[in-house]
Amino acid sequence: MTFAPITVRGLFLLMLGAVLTENFIFSKFYGCCPFLGVSDKPDKALGMGMAVTFVMTVSGAVTWAVYYYVLVPLGLTYLRTVAFILVISVLVQFIEMFLRRFVPALYSSLGIYLPLITTNCAVLGAALVNIQSGYGFVPSVCYGFAAGIGFTLAMVLFAGVRAKMEFADPPRAFRGFPLTLIAAGLLAMIFSGFSGISFG
Amino acid sequence: MKLTDVLFPVLIFGGGGAVFGLLLALASRLFRVRRDERIDRIEAVLPGANCGGCGRSGCAALAADIVAGRAGPGACTVGGNPVARRISEIMGVPAVEQMRMRAQVMCSGTSELARKKYAYVGAKDCLAAVRMGGGDKLCPNGCIGLGTCVATCKFKAISVIRGVAVVDYKKCEGCGACVRACPKQIIRLIPYDSAHWVGCMSVEKGAIVRKQCDVGCISCKKCERNCPAGAIKVVNFVASIDYTKCTGCGVCVENCPRQIIWSSVRQNGELVITRKPADTAE
Repeated sequence: MTFAPITVRGLFLLMLGAVLTENFIFSKFYGCCPFLGVSDKPDKALGMGMAVTFVMTVSGAVTWAVYYYVLVPLGLTYLRTVAFILVISVLVQFIEMFLRRFVPALYSSLGIYLPLITTNCAVLGAALVNIQSGYGFVPSVCYGFAAGIGFTLAMVLFAGVRAKMEFADPPRAFRGFPLTLIAAGLLAMIFSGFSGISFG
Repeated sequence: MKLTDVLFPVLIFGGGGAVFGLLLALASRLFRVRRDERIDRIEAVLPGANCGGCGRSGCAALAADIVAGRAGPGACTVGGNPVARRISEIMGVPAVEQMRMRAQVMCSGTSELARKKYAYVGAKDCLAAVRMGGGDKLCPNGCIGLGTCVATCKFKAISVIRGVAVVDYKKCEGCGACVRACPKQIIRLIPYDSAHWVGCMSVEKGAIVRKQCDVGCISCKKCERNCPAGAIKVVNFVASIDYTKCTGCGVCVENCPRQIIWSSVRQNGELVITRKPADTAE
């Protein structure tokens, strides 16, 4: 396997793109479930975002290794989705146990969100994008990290919007979830403005 | 298509899954965290309402704090003495009796009696109204009546009646969640069987109070002078009762020119209000 060499500049642009123009939530629509479910308070959103970033980075590295050292030699690349779900969920479970035992402080801030992301589509999506785009090991890890940062950014921004919405007095039909979805749509449109910028 | 094309991936993935499962089982053994079994026992004793009255996120958090020594056995106000006794047993410390408390909204200014400075149209939430010049009532210490406490109460013990929050004593567990939620800080925890309380917390001077509300304390100090037990004091232009001294004689009720001292008494075991300002002011 050979990968196109990547410069530091290229890596930086790749990451910036993953955070803004190709934001996982707003342009790829991955991870909408936690985006709508855990974004009611900014501190919760930040915790969830950090947990996702952590898992995306680690799983970016592990799934890359699994793909190129296990699936490719065995000729099972068509089963990568299944393989990645298996590997990621085992990995997250393992990390959760490990943190609880050895890093209780980190566990109490990230731990409660870890079970939520065992089979999160944003995490799986990051792993699959890495393979589809043919990234090498370092870009894969960086892309996973940046995608997680983009996810966190979207979560925290939206939590702020929802905090403001608590004080709104919308018509009955829009109260609660409908208004949340509309706000999410507006925020996604704002982010689509970034796609006009070329990071070349 | 050969049979091996199917069997091979099945074996690889099935075997891989089994190996991962074993690894996880091993890891859970290896990384097991010892948990004090007293935490589970205390959690089983606690009411389980997760009301947050103790100031923690829920009953599980309180149980952990009690075992860690960050809270006493009587920290759960809702459970009261029976729960405190059982927790003391589990912890192996002598039980301390505690007085049952109830929440009391210290405002009598219903929408007919308290005057307003503007008509509030906005979110049905006291916190939102407070941002608008401290709410619609002229009195800076009056109940806004938009029910932030109602929403906070896990026991559905509070309702807003004619613009003032009223606590249902049958349901109130004295957890104090409403006391912390009220943006005006006019809800107090008082002993459950308190016979009297001053239904006003206005710290304005008498002349101003007269303009703002028909049932506000004008700090005339008649109650203070006449109380035989010396239990009632006017501080900051508002009377308040010291329940460690109050004997429940009712002299203050008779003497109050504004008739804002409420009374309650137990009837057939249930606490009922026997006198309130609205009785006379109407």
